[in-house]
Amino acid sequence: MKPRVVLTLCLCVLTLLAAGCANVKPWERDLLAQYGMRPNRDPLTRATREHLWFSREAVNGGRSIGGGGCGCNN
Amino acid sequence: MNHLLLRVRRTIRLLLALWCACAGPAAAWGAPAPTNSTLKVGEVFPDLARFELAGEWPASLKGRIVVVDFWASWCGPCQKTFPLMEELHHRYGKRGLVILAVNEDKSRAAMEEFLKEHPVTFAVVRDAKRKLAAEINVPALPTSYLLDGAGKVRSVQPGARTARNSKEFIKEIEALLEQNSPKP
Repeated sequence: MKPRVVLTLCLCVLTLLAAGCANVKPWERDLLAQYGMRPNRDPLTRATREHLWFSREAVNGGRSIGGGGCGCNN
Repeated sequence: MNHLLLRVRRTIRLLLALWCACAGPAAAWGAPAPTNSTLKVGEVFPDLARFELAGEWPASLKGRIVVVDFWASWCGPCQKTFPLMEELHHRYGKRGLVILAVNEDKSRAAMEEFLKEHPVTFAVVRDAKRKLAAEINVPALPTSYLLDGAGKVRSVQPGARTARNSKEFIKEIEALLEQNSPKP
């Protein structure tokens, strides 16, 4: 396939995806309001992940707080 | 260099053309496209008969003071507003106030289940195709519109309402009911 055709196809796909972006109106937020969409839906899993980030990746506070750490107390 | 510039220009043109071609249909998928402006105080509320609302509501709203409350079962603040609507219905219903709760759930079962858990005595209708919400571009859920006897919007109350934070709203209702009552 010619590079130009590939480029055009990529652009088409990207444009189609971009055109799909839309404001969600208040009355359409039923899926967003579901329990599963909450970032804090499972405190235990969240705490475990925070600990993993902290201990394995030496990131103090996991994903939510900036800063580093030695990761030496796990 | 010139060749490259030409290519970039062509690509931009192609992108713009594709954007124009796709943005329209993408917006048209799903619910009816809402208008850009919301219904404001002083404007006339659209005729409810145009919107295929499912459910029963008072046959004639002409000349009556109406509170139209938009809600959905998945909306927590809507649930908080229901006791106020119930109170208003009991307190002012006999004086002619009509409370009309317009449900925006996609599923009828969700609405019915919610009403089973939170029974109400005021009129509830379902805007199944969400045409009414789109037409007036409801700014938030819940939102209550207070309409006067001529069908004009006299107050718009977005967000959760309780008796505590609705003193002004209740005063407006009382004033309208006073104006609307037959003079001796």
